[in-house]
Amino acid sequence: MGLTLLWLVPLLPLVGAILNGVLAGTLPRKMVSAIGVGSVGLSLAIAVACFGDLLALPPESRRVTQGLFTWIQSGDFHAEVRYALDPLGAVMMLVVTGVGFLIHVYSTGYMGHEKAYGRYFSYLNLFTFSMLTLVLADNFLLMFLGWEAVGLCSYLLIGFWYQRPAAAEAGKKAFVVNRIGDWGFLLGIFLIFVTFGSVDFATVFTQAPQRLAVGSAVATAIALLLFLGATGKSAQLPLYVWLPDAMEGPTPVSALIHAATMVTAGVYMVARCHIFYLLSPPALQVVAIVGILTALFAATIGLVQNDIKRVLAYSTISQLGYMFVGCGVGAFASGIFHLMTHAFFKALLFLGAGSVIHALSGEQDLWKMGGLKAHLPRTHATFLIATLAIAGVFPFAGFFSKDEILYQAWLRGGPLLWMAGVIGAFMTAFYMFRLYFLTFHGRSRVSEEAKHHLHESPNSMTGPLMILAVLSVIGGFVQVPILAGGQRLDQFLEPVFADAVDLAPAAHAASAAGAEVGLMVISLVVALMGIFVAYKFYVADPELPRRLAEQMRGAYRLVFNKYWVDEIYESFVVQPIYQGSVRLWERFDAAVIDGAVNGVGRQIERGAELLRLAQTGYVQVYALILTLGAVVLIGYLALR
Amino acid sequence: MGSMGVPTEYYQLVAALLFTIGLIGVLVRRSALIIFMSIELMLNAVNLSFVAFSRQHGQMDGQIFVFFVMAVAAAEVAVGLAILVAIFRNRETASVDEVHLLKG
Repeated sequence: MGLTLLWLVPLLPLVGAILNGVLAGTLPRKMVSAIGVGSVGLSLAIAVACFGDLLALPPESRRVTQGLFTWIQSGDFHAEVRYALDPLGAVMMLVVTGVGFLIHVYSTGYMGHEKAYGRYFSYLNLFTFSMLTLVLADNFLLMFLGWEAVGLCSYLLIGFWYQRPAAAEAGKKAFVVNRIGDWGFLLGIFLIFVTFGSVDFATVFTQAPQRLAVGSAVATAIALLLFLGATGKSAQLPLYVWLPDAMEGPTPVSALIHAATMVTAGVYMVARCHIFYLLSPPALQVVAIVGILTALFAATIGLVQNDIKRVLAYSTISQLGYMFVGCGVGAFASGIFHLMTHAFFKALLFLGAGSVIHALSGEQDLWKMGGLKAHLPRTHATFLIATLAIAGVFPFAGFFSKDEILYQAWLRGGPLLWMAGVIGAFMTAFYMFRLYFLTFHGRSRVSEEAKHHLHESPNSMTGPLMILAVLSVIGGFVQVPILAGGQRLDQFLEPVFADAVDLAPAAHAASAAGAEVGLMVISLVVALMGIFVAYKFYVADPELPRRLAEQMRGAYRLVFNKYWVDEIYESFVVQPIYQGSVRLWERFDAAVIDGAVNGVGRQIERGAELLRLAQTGYVQVYALILTLGAVVLIGYLALR
Repeated sequence: MGSMGVPTEYYQLVAALLFTIGLIGVLVRRSALIIFMSIELMLNAVNLSFVAFSRQHGQMDGQIFVFFVMAVAAAEVAVGLAILVAIFRNRETASVDEVHLLKG
């Protein structure tokens, strides 16, 4: 029963978006909440039913499609609006509807005082629809539709408080940077269509190994173009710059779009198109290298940021880098596993940060927090769980997923990649606990005014926090390493990646339980070291960071200013384009185009000036002209 | 028929003469009333020409046409004179020289 209703999963949020969008401002708040939360809740219920039905099918036939209508039919080109559910799509669908539902509930509390309440929920529902279309699409074109639509929703929600110039700017930046990636994605789709004559997933993916040789230029081109799209959407080097600025949006939006779901679309897309990456070892290597560089790069910036949401933003970029490392060594299931656990704990971190910001009446500076543990007990407990999870402490979800990626990196990418990953893990543990200690421990640095309003958030906000906390604790157990039969997620995703087995990169090291345990212990020790150092720095000896920063002034300033990447882009990319545009405007648009248009107008005007002299207003002059005309005509006819 | 009566050329000559007089009247006189009369002269010159040809060919078409012209001319005079009266009431003049508001 469930699978026949698959189309309702994306459609219900769309109906909610339309209702809330059209009736915005006329519905009472309770109705808006009911429509907004209810549509996603129903969608979640159907998604769970679909998932149950999918599990009931034998593993090799777990791919169900449902065509709605033909979208485009033009010559050879054919595209349908058709949804498909397979294990990979099912994991994404559950994450999107599940985390999405919790964040919708949370939003009813967080945005409770917001004037444009209906508009907010309309956008949020529209986003849910778009994201579900992206992950359930059965061809590249429909996926691209979802891909663009989530970008649009991201833009709308980052700039939700458009009265603030910073928010409007950030929305614009996100949109423009994403367009660069989308351009690559679109070119990739074109190339796929030219090569295979189809944009259907089933057709393209089954034909790819037969038509393209391993290492062929076309496979590499397709893989790299698609990956350019992924770097835009998933905020990887060099297109990550929009994500930190995206924190201008409401915090639940940061949690849903810029942490848990939309930014993982790139990872999903790479996993979905894994066949092209396996056919092109160089492209696969690019994915791994970009992933690990981004993971390290963003982690270093995260070490010294002072805005609670920006630390989390850089952390998100870094964790997305890890997911790409997993994909880049050919362990796509590991990347998806980390995507899932990350959705839980990062959504929880953002919602927890939102709860803190809510309690402090909008304060986001870490140096104006501190000692909040006593005031926000629930937020504190859940935040601590999420922080432990992201730091990779056993037995929280992040431990399993991150270690699997690191293990796969060791196995297939070599010790160097593993080493870099471990260094990143150390930094992750450090900056996350820095955030945690600065927020909840130590002396209170909260301003006197904010202290008066200090309060724990309502149940509508702490409820989702607690559910996500539970998921952050147990989420890792779907994929227990070493234990025989413990890798349930791997088994579930196996049909999707089955074709990848013979193409997967050769392992550098033999898989051995002993090595896996050893590596696990190392990364756990590293994580605990990171936590200990953070404790030393920010609780035991609060003066230490400043002394250290003064000793390493150059390095500190480099990282604190985010490697001046924004400034470099500004002067080497934005300004040249801007200046060039100004010049085009002045020299070409104003001179040539406007000149041509105005010139034609002026010439007509001048001609009219001359012609109007003929209009004397004297009837007899007209009669004379009439007569002369008649004479000329008759004369011509007579003398011809 | 040529043996008795006046040949057609004479009628045409008179018609052309009348038409030219009328045309000159339209072009040179300033009074709207005189211009009207000159137009009537031109119309009648054409009527004369019609009738003369009709007689020459022994067909009635030309004569029927003349009735049409006379009817239209009567209507035209009625409307034209009404306009003239209206102009005179407003501008205290019937001279077409002084009525030239519609110049470019």
